[in-house]
Amino acid sequence: MSASTHHDTVLKHHFDNLEQQRSAERLGMWFFLVTEVLFFSGMFVAYTVYRNWYPGEFAFASQHLILWIAGLNTGLLITSSLTMTLAIRSAQLGDTAGLIRRLLITFALGAGFMGFKAFEYSTDYHEKFVPGEMFRTEYDSAVKELAPVSAAAVKDYKFTGGQEHWSQDLAKINHGKTPGSEGTVSPERVQLFLCFYYIMTAIHGVHIVVGLGCILWLVCEAYRGAVPAAGYSKVEVVSLYWHLVDMIWLFLMPLLYLIGSRGGH
Amino acid sequence: MSIVIGDTPRTAPPPPEPAVPGRNYINETSGFWSWALTVDHKRIGILYLVSITAFFLVGGIAAGLVRANLLTPNGAILTEDQYNKAFTAHGVVMLFLFLIPSIPAVFGNFLVPLMIGAKDLAFPKLNLASWYVFMIGAAFMVWGLLAGGIDTGWTLYPPYSSRYSHSSVAPGVFGVFITGFSSIMTGLNIMVTIHKMRAPGMTWGRLPLFIWAMYATSFIQLLGTPVVAITLVLLLVERLAGVGIFDPSIGGDPVLYQHLFWFYSHPAVYIMIVPGMGVISEVLTCFSRKNIFGYKAVAWSSVGIAVVGFLVWAHHMFVAGISYYSALLFSFLTMLVAVPSAIKVFNWVATLYRGSITFQAPMMFTLAFLVLFTVGGVTGLFLATMGTDIHLHDTYFVVAHFHFVMVGGMVLAYLAGIHFWWPKMTGRMYSDFWSKTSATVIFVGFFFTFVPQFVLGYHGMPRRYPNYPEEFQVYNVLSTAGASILGVGYLMPAVYLTLSLFYGPKASANPWSATGLEWQVPSPPTVFNFEYLPITVCGPYEYAIGVDQMGRGLPEPPGMSDDNPASRLGLSGPAGAQAKETEVVG
Ligand code: HEM
Ligand SMILES: [Cu+2]
Repeated sequence: MSASTHHDTVLKHHFDNLEQQRSAERLGMWFFLVTEVLFFSGMFVAYTVYRNWYPGEFAFASQHLILWIAGLNTGLLITSSLTMTLAIRSAQLGDTAGLIRRLLITFALGAGFMGFKAFEYSTDYHEKFVPGEMFRTEYDSAVKELAPVSAAAVKDYKFTGGQEHWSQDLAKINHGKTPGSEGTVSPERVQLFLCFYYIMTAIHGVHIVVGLGCILWLVCEAYRGAVPAAGYSKVEVVSLYWHLVDMIWLFLMPLLYLIGSRGGH
Repeated sequence: MSIVIGDTPRTAPPPPEPAVPGRNYINETSGFWSWALTVDHKRIGILYLVSITAFFLVGGIAAGLVRANLLTPNGAILTEDQYNKAFTAHGVVMLFLFLIPSIPAVFGNFLVPLMIGAKDLAFPKLNLASWYVFMIGAAFMVWGLLAGGIDTGWTLYPPYSSRYSHSSVAPGVFGVFITGFSSIMTGLNIMVTIHKMRAPGMTWGRLPLFIWAMYATSFIQLLGTPVVAITLVLLLVERLAGVGIFDPSIGGDPVLYQHLFWFYSHPAVYIMIVPGMGVISEVLTCFSRKNIFGYKAVAWSSVGIAVVGFLVWAHHMFVAGISYYSALLFSFLTMLVAVPSAIKVFNWVATLYRGSITFQAPMMFTLAFLVLFTVGGVTGLFLATMGTDIHLHDTYFVVAHFHFVMVGGMVLAYLAGIHFWWPKMTGRMYSDFWSKTSATVIFVGFFFTFVPQFVLGYHGMPRRYPNYPEEFQVYNVLSTAGASILGVGYLMPAVYLTLSLFYGPKASANPWSATGLEWQVPSPPTVFNFEYLPITVCGPYEYAIGVDQMGRGLPEPPGMSDDNPASRLGLSGPAGAQAKETEVVG
């Protein structure tokens, strides 16, 4: 295109007009979000099945995740959705400085989420609250420790909660009972929950990282003046994605962290 | 179908310089990078065409090994381990690297913008990215298949695939996962394009049926592929980490994998066939010079297949331990999904009725499709019936069923499409004699290959076994002989189509006197497809009106001008078809 107005630099050759281009971009992102929902839905379906089968184990494992991190992270993400939406407003008004500022705040909030998440993973790892070999040995040693204690003494145990006590709690619950009988919590199925916990939050984390990348890209684009008011749909499209990732967290958080009442079994 | 009117005002002006005569999308620019970095939907279509042809060859070689091994009851050439790897390679390559991208990625890319009067797909860069993603995924799969091979079968059921198999499952699964994204990208692009980029007058009711088919296919790609993607991730985690959610030792359920897998993979069989059905509607109407019988029924049946196809997955699991009642329900729903397919077949046959049929190569492939697909669909009903499926499940009957639909159906539709649009894509005509011969050889070879498999399966020969009792040998030998004929039939187009690029006569803009918009631009098209804005005024198959009477406003450069005798003589309808027959030069 020859003319040099903003409209023509934004409009791509194969579209007739800006409105068509914008609505195509928006629709494309919505379709993409549909695929994202279905991508996560596979895990949610599996989660539903197993939680239905093994409610006790799921509740037990959930109680031993670190709730305060999840709560804090939820706050961060919700706030970041707000600043992202404000960024669209700046873009529509052609306020590039405001746009960059708001994008950077969004980025910082998202990065904070990832930071806390990383801290949480490392604590979990440290406490060996990870499915597989490590989990087994940790649990077995807790069982061994508890073996000489009489059943009566263990009976009125105080449930400690918190992930650093998981192996003791689990050993106490199962103490003196035959595996699989009423009231036991199968360590295998606790691991099953942990598989969900790690896979779902990790895949969600990957989405956050991709979103952070897109936000950084927008910042660069805005910085070099490539996001004029007429081209605000770039920001809008990224924000749609960011909101979806935020929303998925709003489902993950209660399903993973809030399904067992804390402080009791 | 449409009139092209020059200079209709539009927000964006037409390209400033008129196209240089003789310039088209192939010769406009040249050099390696002009292809490797192209964002032109037509060139990307060609990139896909070349890649999947190569993969078809690879998959074909693996099939050849399998069939050759079955010549004798105890395995003629391969060890049992190699046999497992050969049939897995065949399945994985043919499904993920050939059939799924075949029509959507080649013709979908090339034709969707041309058919709806757009300059390109909505997201050209995404389109190019889809090809790279596809090739990267393919590279992982080929790595898996060469380094150690994969012996799980294409369905990759755990716990065998996650725990026990000693073959290279991980790179293979990862490759399938990646190619899935390319499928999603293509589907998304096509879907947005159909929604947003139709030329004026191209209403939903005037869309060519190929477009409706591509729409339905994209719908399945968008909704199904992500589910198999996550399923494969879960499988991969389980294999690599040694613990995962399908692992029975921690309370996981491998049958859940089957549910998730088939939730995609049953709809995926419609990703493989629905685009073929779209091609058939185009070719069939053209070569019987008739409007399609029941346009709406054919269009909506594509959508019907796309929707109902999502509700039937558990028919692959009748004997996997699902409950009696869900088996009953899925049996019933599976019968339902055959209805839209049958609607199409009936409408095609009704279109043929009293048409002026000519038997050029695309039409011969189409008629072969009709016969073979019908057999495939009907035998699907045997399998959908729970009682009979318990007998037939995992036997050669199933193998024959799905080859009738996928090879007899989709591959023939693909070949019909290639022969129909080859002049448009390359600007060249191919050999009339050899193309007809190839259609005949393929049809005969196909029958010999797969009819004996129905018999074998009915008598209980299980699929995926390297050896079998003596009395099955005669059928296996027949089948292998048929496969050799089939192989020759497939090699023929590779030869004469390639030769046509160099020696074939130049094709006119509309060698078949077809009504589609894509035939109103030069062959091959120019880079931006339409120099002027096309405006559609009637439905897509108005063969009764005659192409010439619909007006052809596109000015063509001298030498490229339309030399279709039908329109020069002012003939229309059936006469057009007969007159043009002389054009396909042998
Ligand atoms: C017309 C309606 C159709 C019906 C009612 C139908 C029914 C079935 C049923 C019930 C099975 C499971 C058999 C078993 O494993 O015991 C099956 C398998 C299969 N069908 Fe169909 N089918 C239909 C169309 C198609 C189409 C159009 C395709 C592909 C383009 C297709 C491809 C397959 C494949 C690949 C399998 C085997 C999968 C495997 O186990 O590896 N089918 N079909
Ligand atoms: Cu199926």
